[in-house]
Amino acid sequence: MSIRACLDTIAAYGLRSIGIGERLLPKRDFTLCEHFTLIGSGLLWNLYFGILAIFFGFFLANAIAMAKANRRWWLRKPAEWFIFVFRGSPLFIQFFLFYEAFVLLPKMGWDINLGFTEITVETRWLTRAWLGALIVLILNTTAYSAEIFYGALKSIPRGDIEAADAYGLTGWKRYKRIIWPTMLRLAWPAYTNEAIFLFHATTLVFFSGFPAWRQKGDALYYASYFADKTFNPFVAYPILAGYFILLTLSVITVYGAINRRLNRHLPQEKQRRLRVRPNVIR
Amino acid sequence: MFSWCTDPDTLEGLAWLSCYLTTGKHMAFYRSFGTVMVLLLVTAPVALAFGFAGAMAARSHFAPLSWLGKGYTAVVRGVPDIAFFLFFVIALDQGIEYLRHRIKCPDWSEPIRQGNDFVVCPAAKMPLSTAPQWVHETYGFALAVITFAIVFGAFAANVLYGGMRAVPRAQMETAEAYGMSRRQAFWRILVPQMWVYALPGLGNLWMILIKATPLLFLLGVEDIVYWARELGGSKTSAFTYPHPDWRLYYFLALLAFYLLLTRVSEILLDRLMARLTHGQATSGGKSTDKGLAI
Repeated sequence: MSIRACLDTIAAYGLRSIGIGERLLPKRDFTLCEHFTLIGSGLLWNLYFGILAIFFGFFLANAIAMAKANRRWWLRKPAEWFIFVFRGSPLFIQFFLFYEAFVLLPKMGWDINLGFTEITVETRWLTRAWLGALIVLILNTTAYSAEIFYGALKSIPRGDIEAADAYGLTGWKRYKRIIWPTMLRLAWPAYTNEAIFLFHATTLVFFSGFPAWRQKGDALYYASYFADKTFNPFVAYPILAGYFILLTLSVITVYGAINRRLNRHLPQEKQRRLRVRPNVIR
Repeated sequence: MFSWCTDPDTLEGLAWLSCYLTTGKHMAFYRSFGTVMVLLLVTAPVALAFGFAGAMAARSHFAPLSWLGKGYTAVVRGVPDIAFFLFFVIALDQGIEYLRHRIKCPDWSEPIRQGNDFVVCPAAKMPLSTAPQWVHETYGFALAVITFAIVFGAFAANVLYGGMRAVPRAQMETAEAYGMSRRQAFWRILVPQMWVYALPGLGNLWMILIKATPLLFLLGVEDIVYWARELGGSKTSAFTYPHPDWRLYYFLALLAFYLLLTRVSEILLDRLMARLTHGQATSGGKSTDKGLAI
């Protein structure tokens, strides 16, 4: 296998997972280069689901955690139930359930004018993985993150809050300046794990009801495609594993940098290093 | 099942439903809940044993063994568990057939990997193609249990390793002062004490294991997800009990089942933890704290 042929393969299949390039997947005599290219191409989906779900989930989780910590029952109860349902059931079942629910929705469309252009929002998008599965992942990670944030809220040192009160900080200002940064700092190690396992969870999408339209799938979808065709799991899955270990390491690097920033005011010996623990996989 | 079920076409309402929910296929569906429970009850001790072995290996003073133990936990945690499930089911199957092939057909000359095929001699097939159906099903289930045990063993190894390190150092030093050997100190001092430290992690792992059981579906076992899809799909009038697409309701039932299972486990684990930490100066003792007023 020459380098040139491999470059051709990358040109043909590098963006195959998002529908750019060669339409037909390779059928036989798979080269190592094809393995690496297609599985790597599928990784784009894992990145897409993971990054967007974490982004939206982060804001929602803050709100849900605050709601759960609230004294008013009509805010607390719904938040508690939301967390209970999404943390207490398998993500796999949630995917199936939401897919079936989305399929049953009536097919409708709305025109939305964005000023410069007009788009049509359609309910059938919900049955596609890019939107439907993303919504499930957002809700799921929101529940897990909210529980982490809630736990951190509860473990903010009482003295910090009392000091804020003593300085006359109240309401929004007290939340923004004292409570939220401290909560985030305390929650960060656990939240890092949540992010890692959310990326792992994105591999479930195309195995749980949501169809891989025109064979546009994620890394695991292509890995299992190769393994099924060659009946040899010893090439495709280790490549997938390698990609995911790299992904996990980059998540740890990014989150570690944020962790250092959150803890930068603390004396050196008090700054805890991130430790990865399997406490939040689904 | 019931006496009035002889002619389903004439039935209506609750009578129809009672007959519908007791068909042979529904009975298989209910039995598959048993499959899930059996998987949980078999896998948990096996995974714990794997984890214990892994933690012991990671603690070993013999460097290669320690690397093996640490590498095992690191790799399994860095890679999505579902990828492991898909990998091990084929890999274990092929590994077993390969070993049997080497033992049973030593003079077989053809290569085992022919292009895209994995070919072993007929005597090495596992299970034999002549074996009855239940052997095939049991074999598939056993492969699933081993796969679960390997993956969850790595998580358990991590938890137990942490538990072992959490036992106060002074305890081990005292054991040494009494003249115990390393092995004696490990089994008599460390192992009995580590469980309290490991229990929260192990409880967490049990919840994760519960939530991983629907992945059985991907391993080709006829589990609850398989039956929910099978029974829920819309049935035309060619079937005895025609109905539209009811998969949503079947999956809602599965959701309720899992919520119940995790909730009951959570309550039992909390009780166990409360009993173990009773009167101890750990954070568990501070439960009277009402928390912050926010």
